[in-house]
Amino acid sequence: MARVVLDHVTKRYGDVVAVNDLSLEIRDREFLVLLGPSGCGKSTALRMIAGLEDLSGGQIAIGDRVVNDVEPKDRDIAMVFQSYALYPHMTVARNIEFPLRSRKVPENERGPLVEEAARALGLSDLLDRKPAQLSGGQRQRVALARAIVRKPSVFLMDEPLSNLDAKLRVQTRAELIELQRRLDATVVYVTHDQVEAMTMGHRIAIMSDGVLQQVGPPQDVYERPANLFVARFIGAPPMNTITGAISSEGGAHYLVTAGGAIALPSEISGAARNATGLEVVLGVRPEHVRILPHESETQFALEATVAVIESLGHERHVVCRLADEQMVIVRQTVETQRPVEGTAVRLSADPVGLHLFDAATGLRLDAPDPQSVGDGE
Amino acid sequence: MATEFIESVSKPAVPIIDLVVSEEDRVAIAKRHRRRRASIAIRYVFLTFLAAIILFPIYITIVNSLLTPLQIAARPPFFFPTKPTWGAYSDAWNAGHMSLYLMNSVIVTVLIVTGQIVTATCAAYAFAFLEFPLKRTLFIIFLATLMVPFEVTVITNLTTVVNLGWYNSYAGLAAPFMATGFGAFLLRQAFLGVPRDLRDAAALDGYGHWRFMVRVAVPLARPAMAALAVFSFLGAWNQYLWPLIVTKDSRYRTLQIGLRQLRATSLDQVNVTFAGVVIAALPLIILLVIFQKQLVRGLTAGAVKG
Repeated sequence: MARVVLDHVTKRYGDVVAVNDLSLEIRDREFLVLLGPSGCGKSTALRMIAGLEDLSGGQIAIGDRVVNDVEPKDRDIAMVFQSYALYPHMTVARNIEFPLRSRKVPENERGPLVEEAARALGLSDLLDRKPAQLSGGQRQRVALARAIVRKPSVFLMDEPLSNLDAKLRVQTRAELIELQRRLDATVVYVTHDQVEAMTMGHRIAIMSDGVLQQVGPPQDVYERPANLFVARFIGAPPMNTITGAISSEGGAHYLVTAGGAIALPSEISGAARNATGLEVVLGVRPEHVRILPHESETQFALEATVAVIESLGHERHVVCRLADEQMVIVRQTVETQRPVEGTAVRLSADPVGLHLFDAATGLRLDAPDPQSVGDGE
Repeated sequence: MATEFIESVSKPAVPIIDLVVSEEDRVAIAKRHRRRRASIAIRYVFLTFLAAIILFPIYITIVNSLLTPLQIAARPPFFFPTKPTWGAYSDAWNAGHMSLYLMNSVIVTVLIVTGQIVTATCAAYAFAFLEFPLKRTLFIIFLATLMVPFEVTVITNLTTVVNLGWYNSYAGLAAPFMATGFGAFLLRQAFLGVPRDLRDAAALDGYGHWRFMVRVAVPLARPAMAALAVFSFLGAWNQYLWPLIVTKDSRYRTLQIGLRQLRATSLDQVNVTFAGVVIAALPLIILLVIFQKQLVRGLTAGAVKG
């Protein structure tokens, strides 16, 4: 297995910069997820690692070797495509065998290798079928078998689950995690689905507009988003954001919004102190907001009206409207008392769940160092 | 059937249908059904009429090949051979040297079809999968050659063939037709239907362009290739002008010229000429019957995505 290092990698198509100065280290035997919305450059980055796209700048190393000018076939990688990219005119066995043939693996060795890969993915009974005779999940497994058959150093996966239905996706997700552990392989996995990213990756690298936003373990990224983009992209429902300005009075800090002022707890006073006078965005995840009766008295609460309640069975999302029309979503367990739509309430937040961002730059205000936006190494 | 349909709606097995289909709906459904049947009937009558127009000359040719010259000249004409005579076929085969011409036609046609498939595949692959300067312009030039009638280039081709020393040879007969803009266009469309991911996957698996073309792209474009083969076969088999001017003796003359000669040498034996025509057309008919599915599939491939 091997580590992959992207060093100031850039990809331009004419005037369009698809990947902008991307520096990232994927550790040996790591499952790294490249996450971002459509068109953020994550697939382009993956294709550059694969050698399917030339670099406009920077360099890529796999293991100890710079591979900028190395042909895809000589990079010791395997890729699983979103469309599976199975050869429709070949049987499952021939599809799995295909990479071995080009590498001139002797025929008597090819058979056992194909059988081993097929067995690992539960395809032993399907070897004589053509891809058209398989279900989506089976095709996906054939694509995986074709990738593992020649035991590459690095696996690249480009949204491999997007063509599966929701139920199968959950099942295949677990199988992929298990497969990665069994193979002890380095995996770079591209997806736009944050649930896949959160559940599968050892670390997540979030991209937007060709720029790397944050890299870190899923829980860290969720709990300490480096900027507003990450804060809003990770989490469903997304993080609530309330725009306002910071003011200080007698050592206490307040967030002044169009709908009134709220006192900020001491947990974020450090960040608030640095931002006094600035326009900021206060972020709070739906599970950290609590609905209090309107008559309750607390320092850290906002006046709101319950607008809509969405029940999901195991939990409910209460959408509240603040006095200045900003919306706040509250995630509640079903055991909590259900509020009444249209009533006035007060919203309070768990102080440890509050995040402050600079409204102008979008950066987190209590970040220890702006470099944490990068690799976080 | 229309009545049955109305009855089945008016006497539903499940009562709830009564609630759904009103009397007005029932009449409208029956009307629509009748209209559809009438439209299908008209279509069949029209197609049968067209088929009759196309098949009639072929039928008359076969009938005349089985009649005597006197019967052919008779008025009113014979539409059915009451006492078919098969002698015209042996006369055409022996006196018309049909076996030699048939062999020449087969050799030239095989050369042309093979040549067109190979050159069109390579050109189409380049246009579909490779990036090179002036790709678009070159493709337009390829397409533009489709607009130039062969007659325009006859003199130049003849001069080239003579200069190459290929006059009166199989090479001279086949060479000008071994590459075709139509073939490149047809196969390019088929190759464009091959998903880009397959090319990428093959590149990662260690397959270069040549091996990807042979092992993946060509097998996937088989219907279009079969269509091209049939088209180039038809074109090559029916050539008349070029074989006539590029050959000087019967050693290299093809079937179509043989037919012309047969007609000239058996003016009083019209049935022999008809028999010769049937012999010449037979390989084409067999080919079309065998490949008709591929022909249609090849021409419609890529028209609808899915």
